[in-house]
Amino acid sequence: MSTPAQDTAVHVDVVVEAPIERAFTVFTEGFGRFKPREHNLLGGEEIAETVFEPRVGGHIYDRGVAGGECRWARVLAYDPPTRVVFSWDISPQWEIERDPSRTSEVEVRFIAETPDRTRVELEHRHLERHGTGWEGVRAGVASAEGWPLYLERFAQVVDD
Amino acid sequence: MTYQTGLAALADPTRRAIFERLADGPRAVGELATELPVSRPAVSQHLKVLKAAGLVLDEAAGARRLYRVDPDGIDELRRYLDRFWSRTLTAYKVAVEQPRKEDA
Repeated sequence: MSTPAQDTAVHVDVVVEAPIERAFTVFTEGFGRFKPREHNLLGGEEIAETVFEPRVGGHIYDRGVAGGECRWARVLAYDPPTRVVFSWDISPQWEIERDPSRTSEVEVRFIAETPDRTRVELEHRHLERHGTGWEGVRAGVASAEGWPLYLERFAQVVDD
Repeated sequence: MTYQTGLAALADPTRRAIFERLADGPRAVGELATELPVSRPAVSQHLKVLKAAGLVLDEAAGARRLYRVDPDGIDELRRYLDRFWSRTLTAYKVAVEQPRKEDA
């Protein structure tokens, strides 16, 4: 079975009014400042800080207010201020994936359009490595804390 | 509206039981009502909620209507991550364009 590459990746771009160095620094060091609130695998514990270890082999991890810690990414490439790549060690059931062969990866490129404007291109690729996301459907249904995909959709419906 | 409300909704044991049955294979309302200790109208009501949430699909099969779960995991994951990163980069743009302390 083969799937076209573009079907197993997500691309999102944004242009920011900032020099490339700042764009890179805010994305890496400041990731915890802007990531969505539901990006939290600490089991309900509030996140005190998100730490981005700025080196290949480092981790991105959340530290909870009660001392919990969750490492959800490995830094695979770190080339300031133009590029960073990290793994996405989060399963479709929104749990930490410990098998690296079942993790996807996120590459972020920073391109200076002018001295004060930067294009940021994000690619989240190899989604197929997570499996179909449905292999564990019954186990996922059995654990109420699973199902972020559906929970979000559910939340949207309830919001409407 | 938060994650927690959605969690509570899906934590409904009857709704989860219905969803688990559908994960086994397509079912009609009557079959679900027979397999579970739930009345037919109640099954229909739960299915309506699940369908509105995009959790299940329905299709006509002769005179019957069959309900099933969406089997397309990668598309589902893609849609989710596309939204996730769009929202994240929107928030990132706000953060990166905020005046810095040294500019104030």
